[in-house]
Amino acid sequence: MFLVASGLSIIFGVTRIVNFAHGSFYMLGAYIGYTLVQAIGSTAIGFWAAVLIAAVAVGAIGVVMEILLLRRIYRAPELFQLIATFGVILVIQDVALWVWGSEDLVGPQAPGLKGATSILGKPIPEYDLALIAISPLVLVGLWALFKLTRWGTLVRAATQDRQMVAALGVNQRWLFTGVLFLGSALAGLGGAVQIPKGGADLLMDFNILAVAFVVVVVGGMGSIFGAFWAAVLFGILQTFGIQILPNSTLVLMFLVMAVVLIFRPWGLLGMPETLGQAHPGPPEQPLRPALPRVRALGGAVTALLLALPIGHLVFPELVGVFTLVLVIEIMVFVLFAAALHFIMGPGGMVSFGHAAYFGGGAYAAALLVKFADAPFELAFWSAPVGAALLAFLFGWFCVRLSGVYFAMLTLAFAQIAWAFVFQDMPGSVLKTFGIADEFGTPLKITGGDDGLNDIWPSGWASTRIAYYYIAVGLSVAALWIMRRFLYAPFGYTLRAGRDSPLRAAAIGIDLTRHRWLAFTLSGAFTGLAGALFLFSKGSVFPTTLEIARSFDALLMVLLGGVQSLFGPIVGAAALTWLNDLFSVLSYWRFLLGVTIIALVLLLPQGIVGFAGTRLGRRLQLARPEEITA
Amino acid sequence: MTVPAGAPVLGLTGIDAFYGRAQILSGVSLEVRRGEVVTLLGRNGAGKSTTIKSIIGLVRPTKGELSFEGKSLRGLEPFQISRLGLGYVPEDRRVFTGLTVAENLEVGRQPRRENAPEWNHEKLFALFPNLATMNDRLGGLMSGGEQQMLTIARTLMGNPTTILLDEPSEGLAPVIVEQVAKTILDLKAQGLSILLSEQNLHLSTLVSDRAYIIEKGSIRYEGLMADLAGNEEIRGAYLMV
Repeated sequence: MFLVASGLSIIFGVTRIVNFAHGSFYMLGAYIGYTLVQAIGSTAIGFWAAVLIAAVAVGAIGVVMEILLLRRIYRAPELFQLIATFGVILVIQDVALWVWGSEDLVGPQAPGLKGATSILGKPIPEYDLALIAISPLVLVGLWALFKLTRWGTLVRAATQDRQMVAALGVNQRWLFTGVLFLGSALAGLGGAVQIPKGGADLLMDFNILAVAFVVVVVGGMGSIFGAFWAAVLFGILQTFGIQILPNSTLVLMFLVMAVVLIFRPWGLLGMPETLGQAHPGPPEQPLRPALPRVRALGGAVTALLLALPIGHLVFPELVGVFTLVLVIEIMVFVLFAAALHFIMGPGGMVSFGHAAYFGGGAYAAALLVKFADAPFELAFWSAPVGAALLAFLFGWFCVRLSGVYFAMLTLAFAQIAWAFVFQDMPGSVLKTFGIADEFGTPLKITGGDDGLNDIWPSGWASTRIAYYYIAVGLSVAALWIMRRFLYAPFGYTLRAGRDSPLRAAAIGIDLTRHRWLAFTLSGAFTGLAGALFLFSKGSVFPTTLEIARSFDALLMVLLGGVQSLFGPIVGAAALTWLNDLFSVLSYWRFLLGVTIIALVLLLPQGIVGFAGTRLGRRLQLARPEEITA
Repeated sequence: MTVPAGAPVLGLTGIDAFYGRAQILSGVSLEVRRGEVVTLLGRNGAGKSTTIKSIIGLVRPTKGELSFEGKSLRGLEPFQISRLGLGYVPEDRRVFTGLTVAENLEVGRQPRRENAPEWNHEKLFALFPNLATMNDRLGGLMSGGEQQMLTIARTLMGNPTTILLDEPSEGLAPVIVEQVAKTILDLKAQGLSILLSEQNLHLSTLVSDRAYIIEKGSIRYEGLMADLAGNEEIRGAYLMV
């Protein structure tokens, strides 16, 4: 845990890039380590050599990513860097799937450390003891590297002020490449040393990512010692937590993180974010009422959407059922993306965990149907309400932070929500208390991996066309309401708070409360999208809450363009369509990842940002002064 | 004071620079000759710092030519420009607060060059006796004046031939400003060329040979410092706040 978190922390500290691919490097470390251990790991020397080679190999992959991808986008806004590394995750996932297959690999035991030693009457595997010894060794090594070498001094200086280091004649390129190597190699090492304990599987990347983010946030971004102490703290908690209440690890982590962040918003050993470095790029255009052309376009699209089912009835060959289903799905994600944009664009709060409210809403409705036999109408509206409550709770912690800390905290909350339904925590609590149904089988509440099935709209809403109108009508209405919010004083307040929090506070705005409200509203709209999704599919699975889903929404907003209200709409439509197009292929993640990377490299302002340039001028979609490039 | 007859080392011709869409510099031209101290005078927001940042490459001019020792600086990264022997002392000091004095100096260290005086810790500590006593102190725990000395020393570790000094007197007590003036004259005596950006007429009068006045992004006056100091009218028009 420490190894991975410290690697992430180092990379972020110096390059200011939140490397989402870090989890993938961890996974690669495990897979490469596994292969090498199979080949040469039969002796103790061979085993440890395999582990080291795996770490170096992963470091080299990190370097390749830095040179080919990151180097081109250091000047781009931070968020695009995130998106680009997300593309790398997808690519690596499919590469791993292709090379190592989808089976979980069970690692061999480490030669020479197969036994267990008895400490205080409890058997402790020798390998665990070895791991316990490795972390402090790595910590001391890192400390020496950063404190005693010129390279380390330069890296620490660059962590604080990159520009100044450059102005003093230091070529940062090699500094960054070196940091990427070190950070990635640490992730790879972390992955490789845990093979004898956990083996390797394809879910490792996201699982470790959330944990690493929590460790880094609690320890303080960029602080290696912070990461170490946080990892130690969580390690101890894990050991004791499991004895008190099984499955409670994530909840405990969450509690600790909440406590730490309330008292030390920048982590145990972290420093406040340096202002000024965070916001590169030109200032955003002020919001203006839409031009007549754009309004007409919006009206035309709405009319087309409303007319589509009639087309279906009249020309069933031309407009098939599938088209209607696809449009419903697109509308669901348009709403989801717009709700995320609501806090992200005007609010400046980049949530990495919005799927929590999407899936949370869906689960709220599904549970009501399953366990209370609630009618469709009631269950449907319970989704936005439930999601809003969830956002209200999580938001209280999150809105106190800003920037990357905010993003990581939202991500951690989403992962907790995911674990909650995936491990069926309410179900396991009931099991602990011995509550079961009349046949004595333990009750399932959230259904874990199997999800909740057979939940359809009832009565008048059950036909495809009726549901189509519900989905389209509600989405358009919700989009319109969100737009009204943004053009109201509330929206101005949010943007003021994003652009200059100090000034906004100085003129008497309670920023925290506004941000909290916006977060809750956004959660409600996201929950609405979740409800539409649930009743269109008839079932809900833990995947609706997973990180990948949050990133989908994030991608939609970013690909569409953050600085425009239309951005998320266009981005969601485009990505849902692309997803649909690629999902028939076997290695669709790879293709999607490559597409994303290409889009980031070619269209750094998003699709709508691009429309705001040349094309937009020709089509009169943007005012002349809004043309940026 | 007489103008040293040195060859031009640093030249700007017709520089335009923007922040976003706001034009900060329009057609700035100036020149620094070898061994000379030149001051760029102007009020807050006149474009002094932007001029300096354009030279070192932190701001990319959209138009105009920059040359240093006969080479064009077009398209070079800040680190490449710095390695040509052009030292930059930033306006807001930008000491690495998490690093000690010795480590701050280490970041600035570059190999020595033929045509410039070589610096090491002993020589710097002779110039800045204050720093000698706080080798292991964190940059963040120093006073403003000490930090200013440290930034100058840090830049000197790169063994530059020319130094860009951006408002070194800002926020410093008068007695410290006197020290800065003495340091600048010391450096000049070692053969360094210096471009100084200042609002403080007193400091610039003490140290510079020539001066330019910048106002709203354009050079409005250029001449000998001695002439400027005696010219009430120009001082009144461009410099009085």
